[in-house]
Amino acid sequence: MTVQQDAQNAEDSLRVEALPNDKLAEAVDLQAIVRETQITEVLDQLDRDLVGLAPVKTKIREIAALLLVDRVRRRLGLTTPPPSLHMSLTGNPGTGKTTVAMRMAEMLHRLGYVRKGHLVAVTRDDLVGQYIGHTAPKTKEVLKRAMGGVLFIDEAYYLYRPENERDYGQEAIEILLQVMENNRDDLVVVLAGYKDKMDRFFQSNPGMRSRIAHHIDFPDYTLDELFEIAKRMLGEQGYRFSPAAENAFRRYLERRMQMPHFANARSVRNALDRARLRQANRLYGLSTCTIADLLTIEAEDILASRVMQEPLGSADADRSRMSVE
Amino acid sequence: MAFRLTQGTFSYLPDLTDEEILKQVEYALNNGWAISIEFTDDPHPRNVYWEMWDLPMFDLKDPAAVLYEIRQCRAAYPNHYIRVNAYDRSYGRQTTALSFIVNRPKDEPGFHVIRQEVRDRQIRYTLHSYATDRPKGERYNG
Repeated sequence: MTVQQDAQNAEDSLRVEALPNDKLAEAVDLQAIVRETQITEVLDQLDRDLVGLAPVKTKIREIAALLLVDRVRRRLGLTTPPPSLHMSLTGNPGTGKTTVAMRMAEMLHRLGYVRKGHLVAVTRDDLVGQYIGHTAPKTKEVLKRAMGGVLFIDEAYYLYRPENERDYGQEAIEILLQVMENNRDDLVVVLAGYKDKMDRFFQSNPGMRSRIAHHIDFPDYTLDELFEIAKRMLGEQGYRFSPAAENAFRRYLERRMQMPHFANARSVRNALDRARLRQANRLYGLSTCTIADLLTIEAEDILASRVMQEPLGSADADRSRMSVE
Repeated sequence: MAFRLTQGTFSYLPDLTDEEILKQVEYALNNGWAISIEFTDDPHPRNVYWEMWDLPMFDLKDPAAVLYEIRQCRAAYPNHYIRVNAYDRSYGRQTTALSFIVNRPKDEPGFHVIRQEVRDRQIRYTLHSYATDRPKGERYNG
């Protein structure tokens, strides 16, 4: 059932003051609605699939609870203005912002807050035009495509370029604000980006700040969490670490985390891809190999990485990282 | 009885409400048809090329986006005919699969028949919209 239909059912909304006492005591089967929306399933899946991110998960549970209670209230005819769910996700690269946004779209769909539950991911280039009069149609087209779902604007702070006062980004922001306010039922806007840059973006766009109710900060992963992520990624790709390789990969992560341009889970993925490359190259030289060989990443596949060979903090570590990734 | 323009699908029914429009558009989107909005103040049946409101909308998931544009168009042209077209491209050419009016002027003057006598007392008939007696943009203002 959609928000509109629910609202229609409750057209002759009850007034809180006019409720008789026996009506107030009426019990509602909350769990029935929980089962009906299968929301627990989505939340549990989120818990299982995403390593760490405790504050993010708490916030998502809170939002889910709010929407659920909202649904119950609407069903009982209590007037409830639909809550504003536009949100901003801030955090370093590779901390899972896009993944969470996708899950969020699915969750909002299950709870009937958005009608279709698809995610439209865009960046500045998709919203801002190149010449006068180009921006508005472009932004509107993206907004229309996202209606019924979630619009995910990655690196949203690039929309606002204070150094150029004639930048068309401002126009895109204005259209965005207008639609965020007037078509609240039709789409949820999620802004994502690095924390410090987003903070500056909100400071210079107070209108945007006040229209975004939820600010979720994604913490960096710890070493253990990164290692857990690596094991899951390998499992999905049909590989596994040998015991020696596990050890080597932990040491690899320790070093990599201290190097510049570390992008959390994304760096882990890249490291694994390169380890697979080296493993393939190693097997290529053999005359025969077993299934176990094909499955296993050995320590040497990881230790051959440039990250393990260069001294930490050396002057050219930065340059070589750029060439590796 | 007052004249009422009947063109496209549903035109013999009472005007569609916004909810009904949403449902029709939803049906079109579920069939994978692209939606466009057009308007005109010259409702002659042979005037097939109405003016485009914005661009045709591809890749939509939700009908709310179409209603949003219909409302914008109504605000700009409250006294024009506005229609929604759905194009089916599965035949390899632009084929109108569905077309219906979503807005009409408050007062529709209708058409009158012009009889032209030609050679041998033959009569040729043509239709003329009263509205087009006035210049474009002033046709339904009063």
